[in-house]
Amino acid sequence: MEVDQLQRTFHDYHASLFNEGFLDEQFVQLQQLQDESNPGFVVEVVSLFFEDSERLLNDLSKALDQENVDFRKIDAHVHQLKGSSSSIGAQRVRNACIAFRNFCDERNIEACLKCLQQVRQEYLLVKTKLETLLRLEQQIVAAGGASPM
Amino acid sequence: MNLGVNPMSFTSSSASWKSGDGVSDQFPAGLRVLVVDDDPTCLRILEKMLRSCLYEVTKCSRAEVALKLLRDNKDGFDIVISDVHMPDMDGFKLLEHVGLEMDLPVIMMSADDSKNVVMKGVTHGACDYLIKPVRMEALKNIWQHVVRKKKHEWREKDFEQSGSVEEGERQQKPSEDVDYSSSANEGNWKSSKKRKDEEDEAEERDDSSTLKKPRVVWSVELHQQFVTAVNQLGIDKAVPKKILELMNVPGLTRENVASHLQKYRLYLRRLSGQHQNGLGNSFMGPSDATFGPMTALNGLDLQALASSGQLPPQSLATIQAAALGRATNKSAISVPMVDQRNIFSFESPKIRFVDGQQQHNNSTKQVNLLHGIPTNMDSKQLAALHQSAQPFSNMNRHIHSQSSQSNSLLTQMVQPQSRTQILNEVGGSHVLNLPSSVGQPVLSQAIPGALLGRNGIDNVHGPTYASVSQPSAVVDFSRSQRAELPGNSFSLVGNSGIPTLATKGMLQEDFNSEMKGNRGFMPNYDVFNELNQNRTEDWGLQSVGSNFEAPQHTNLQGRLDVAPSVLVQPGFLSDRHIGIPSVNKTAFSAADGVVNTANLSQALTSSLPDNALRIKAERLPDMGFQNGPFPDQFGQDDLMSALLKQQQEGIVPAETDFGFDGYHLDNLPV
Repeated sequence: MEVDQLQRTFHDYHASLFNEGFLDEQFVQLQQLQDESNPGFVVEVVSLFFEDSERLLNDLSKALDQENVDFRKIDAHVHQLKGSSSSIGAQRVRNACIAFRNFCDERNIEACLKCLQQVRQEYLLVKTKLETLLRLEQQIVAAGGASPM
Repeated sequence: MNLGVNPMSFTSSSASWKSGDGVSDQFPAGLRVLVVDDDPTCLRILEKMLRSCLYEVTKCSRAEVALKLLRDNKDGFDIVISDVHMPDMDGFKLLEHVGLEMDLPVIMMSADDSKNVVMKGVTHGACDYLIKPVRMEALKNIWQHVVRKKKHEWREKDFEQSGSVEEGERQQKPSEDVDYSSSANEGNWKSSKKRKDEEDEAEERDDSSTLKKPRVVWSVELHQQFVTAVNQLGIDKAVPKKILELMNVPGLTRENVASHLQKYRLYLRRLSGQHQNGLGNSFMGPSDATFGPMTALNGLDLQALASSGQLPPQSLATIQAAALGRATNKSAISVPMVDQRNIFSFESPKIRFVDGQQQHNNSTKQVNLLHGIPTNMDSKQLAALHQSAQPFSNMNRHIHSQSSQSNSLLTQMVQPQSRTQILNEVGGSHVLNLPSSVGQPVLSQAIPGALLGRNGIDNVHGPTYASVSQPSAVVDFSRSQRAELPGNSFSLVGNSGIPTLATKGMLQEDFNSEMKGNRGFMPNYDVFNELNQNRTEDWGLQSVGSNFEAPQHTNLQGRLDVAPSVLVQPGFLSDRHIGIPSVNKTAFSAADGVVNTANLSQALTSSLPDNALRIKAERLPDMGFQNGPFPDQFGQDDLMSALLKQQQEGIVPAETDFGFDGYHLDNLPV
C-alpha cells in the first residue's frame, strides 16, 4: 500500500538523518511534542528555525563585512544561532557555531569568514533534509496514513 | 488548582491559582509561567513544552515587555523563565528586577554553559539554571521552585528569629538533584531570596557586573564566632579584616563583617550607658544579638552588677518594661524581632539586670546566663538580657524544636563568663531557672514566653529559663533573687511583669512557690518604683511579683495571652530604651497591651507591696497595649504564632523605631 511504502521511506530517511548526525535527540523531543491537538507543531517550529537562521546568517555576513568588525556582536549572533539550532536538534549546525565562536574570541576575521561559510553550508544541508522529511510526512497524511512524527 | 480556578482551564489568566501552599490536586498543573527569550524558535518550543506539562504559559520575546507584564499583573505569575542573552536587556538584570519587585522564582537558561555564567546566575539569585537545548524533563519539575520559595518565605517569617536560618537554608537545598544544572539551586549559604523589606533591596545596582550580594544571616553561631574573634583581637583592635580571618567562615566577606562590627559597636556603646534609643540592633542577628551583648558584658559578674548598684530594680524594671512590650507596639513585637532586637536591646536590660543582681546576688543558679552581663551592663544589659531572653521565650516553639538554638544562645550569653551552665542547661527543654528574687518579676516577663512556650516547663521549679535566650537576662535577676524565689522558673515570666505567667499550669504552680520567694523580692519593687516614672515599668515589675501569687490562676490564664506579647516586647524595649525609664515605658505599654489589664491590676494589687501595687495599678490603665491579645492562645504553637504575628506586624514599626536598618529580624534571610 502506498501509505505503508511512504511510511517505510519516512522511517528510513528519518533514521539516516540521525545516523549522519544531522539531527540529534532534541529533534525527537520536538516530535514528541506534536500530537493530535497540535499536528503541525514540528512544521511550525522548523519554519521558525529557517526564518531565524537566515536572518542571523545575513546579519553575520554583514557584520564580517564591516570596516571595523564588531566581534562582540558577531559572537552574540552566533550564540543565538547556536541556541536555536540546538533547540531544534540541528546538531551539525550547532557544532559549526561552536567552532565559529572560538574564532570569534580570537578575533580572527579570516577564520570567522570561513566559519560562517561552514555554518551556512550546514544550515542549507539540514534545511534540505528537513524539508524532505516533512514532505514525506505530508504525503503520508495526505494518503490517509497517520503522521509518522 | 485553587478554588476559583477552573480545574482544567489553564488558559484563564485570571485564574487565581496560588502556588502558595495552596497546592491543589492538580498542582503543579496550572502553574503560571512567564517565559522570556528573544529566540523565536526556542520560545515556541518552550511554550509547547510547558503547555505539555499542563502549565499556563505566557511567552514574551522582550525583557521590557516581560517586566511590564509582571508589573501589571502582580500576582499573575508563579515563575519566570528567562534567557540570559537578550538584546534589549541582560537576563541577569531582568532576574534582579523580578526578584526585587515581585520576588518570584526565576530560572535562567542559556546555550552557554560556562561556569562563570552559571555562577552569575547563582549569585544573582536565580533559583535554577538550564542549559539549552531545554528538555521536557527539565521543565516538568520547575514547580518545585515555586513551592520551595513559598515554603521558605513562610518559614522565614515564622522562625526567622529563632535562628531557623539553618532550617531555611536547608529548605533551599533539596531541589538540587532535580534538574540538571540545578547547581544554581544551591544558592549561597545565605539566602539569596530577595525579600522586599530587606535592606538589600536598596542595593540594586544598575551595574550589570554587580553581583547581587546575598544577605548574610548572622546566626547565633556565626555571631558567636564573630564575638569570639572580636574579643580575641580586643575591641579596639578588632578590624573587619582581622575578624574575618579569625572567623574563617567561607563565603563571608569583609563587608559583611564590617557592617556587623559597626552594629556591634553601637550596641556596645549603648550598653555602656548611653540612652540611645536607636537600636543597637546593629548587632542583631537573630539570636546572636543577644549573645553579642552578652559577650560585651563579658566579665560582668552578677555580683558585680549587683554591687554596682546600678539601678538594680531599675534594670529589672526596664527589662520588664521591655518585656512588657516595647512601647505600644503591640504587634511590633514579633518574635523574630525580639530575638534579634534583644541582642541590642540587651543594653537596656542591662540596667535591669543590674538591679536584679544587686538585690540578690548570689543567684548562682543558672544565672549563668547572666554571665554574659558585664558589669557595666546595668539596667541596660539586664534589659537586653531580658529581652533577649524574651525573644527566646517567644521562640519557645523554636526553642523546643531547636534546642540547639537556645543552647547556642545561652552559650553565647554566657560566653564571656564562665557560667555557661545555665545556657547549656537551658537548651531547649530546660527551663531556665531564674533566680527568683528580683529577677523574677522581670524575668517572668521575659520568660513567660519561654515558659509558655514550653510546656515542658511544667516542671520548672527552680529557676529555669524557659527560653534560653531569656535566661541571660532573666538569669541575672533570678540569680539575685534566687534566695528568695525557690522555683524561679517564673522569674522569667515574672519579669515580663506580664502575667504571662500564663504558662498556665506550670507557671501557676511555680509561681506560687516562686512568688513566695518573690516576696522577698518586694524590695526590689522599690526600685521599680523609681521607674515609676514610666508607668510601664512599674507595671511590669509589679505584675511580676504580685501577680503570680494570688491571681495567678486567673491571671495567668489571662496572662498567657500576654506572655507572648510580653516576650516580644522586652526585646523591643531594650532596643529602644537603653535606660530603664525609657524601657519601662515601652515595656509597660507593651505589656499592658498584652496582658489583660484587668487581671494585672488585680494581681498587682493583691500581692505587690505598696509601691509595686501602686505602680502597677497606675500603670495598668496606661497599658493600652493589647488587651488580651491572645485570648486563648495558650498552646505553644498558638502563642508562638501569635507572637510571631505580633512581632511581624509590629516589627515594622518597631524596627523603624529602633533603627534596625538592615536587619529585619523577621526577615532575616536565612
